Amino acid sequence: MTRDDATFDRRQALKCMAWAGSGLLWTLDGGVPTSKLVGQAHASPAGFSFVQISDSHIGFNKPANPDPNETLKEAIDKIGGLPRKPAFLIHTGDVTHLSKPKEFDDADQLIGAARLDVHYVPGEHDVIDEQNGAAFLSRYAKASPGKGWFSFDHGGAHFIGLVNVFDLNPGGMGSLGPDQLAWLAKDVAGRSASTPIVVFAHMPLWTIAEEWGWGTQDGAQALKLLARFGSVTVLNGHIHQIMQKVDGAVTFHTARSTAFPQPAPGTAPSPGPKLVPAGELRSVLGVTSVALAQRRTPLAIVDSTLQG
Amino acid sequence: MRYKICLALALARVAFNGARAFAAQDATVAIDNFAFTPATLTVKAGTKVVFVNHDDIPHNVVGEKLKFRSRALDTDESFAFVFDKPGDFVYFCGLHPQMKGEIRVTP
Repeated sequence: MTRDDATFDRRQALKCMAWAGSGLLWTLDGGVPTSKLVGQAHASPAGFSFVQISDSHIGFNKPANPDPNETLKEAIDKIGGLPRKPAFLIHTGDVTHLSKPKEFDDADQLIGAARLDVHYVPGEHDVIDEQNGAAFLSRYAKASPGKGWFSFDHGGAHFIGLVNVFDLNPGGMGSLGPDQLAWLAKDVAGRSASTPIVVFAHMPLWTIAEEWGWGTQDGAQALKLLARFGSVTVLNGHIHQIMQKVDGAVTFHTARSTAFPQPAPGTAPSPGPKLVPAGELRSVLGVTSVALAQRRTPLAIVDSTLQG
Repeated sequence: MRYKICLALALARVAFNGARAFAAQDATVAIDNFAFTPATLTVKAGTKVVFVNHDDIPHNVVGEKLKFRSRALDTDESFAFVFDKPGDFVYFCGLHPQMKGEIRVTP
């Protein structure tokens, strides 16, 4: 990346400070996904778009954001104001903070205001009810052939929702498990290599910070199954900040939270909520625009936190 | 009257000693900043270990070989488990598995 690129990113990031809530608009034109900040999105002449929201943590009430319901509402309002209606939403997990029925109810009500189909994958906070995930699965994953994972087609692209928050191993990170990997192999078998693939899961499928558990132990096995495809986009949440990398035909991207920011790896003793002055909260819940198709810098991780 | 006061004092003393004897058998593992502290704790068999979460984020406590699993502990919530058999027992947080600890139980 050149110095000019860095300056451009900074400027883009600063622009986004004016944006409240969080949402990333993805447009699929000619099979190449690109993303834009929701507040800045312009109507695209062709293709379709969808919006990713993540980590709404309904039920959280600590100083990092005493009212995550309000910031989620602001994000949904922004989505409602888009010049062109997105085809659907995806939520990449941690819908709730403690998997409580009231938290799921509140989230449903707030997100339902968008009047769009929503595809959910769980975060670890969504599966900590006494029944080990039943609260989430019974609500959002009835059609899943397994424990919450699923796929669907839209506009010529194949979307795959993966679940990497169950049955985690001590000392490890996220985990997909052999059953899900076997399902994935079958799911993509026979599909043309020119089919654009969009994979979404809560924890990053690539290792961002092993010491914080920010990765998926068997993520590489999933990516191997997708290696023959010409366009693979991987969308994750969990880390409450934007990071991205492009590796060959695979573009990785993590979304910001609609609730509270988390520190960048190496800048804090733990990945717990990052406390920012109340007046700045919405600036760190904003989303930067990402030009995925144009940037082909191998293995470049772009940290777009405003403090960075 | 004097008899009653003596009795009350005696009962209070018994209660106090009882509480102290009970407390001496407990041990605490604090959860701070996504870490179990102390990471390794040595206790005698029969000790009740109390895990207390001080983080803004919920954690839980899951035994690896010794099978136990707490519910999710929100801020300031705790979970107690009695380690009654000698041995070294690794445990971790089921939400953030990078968090590991060990209880060493001596006879």
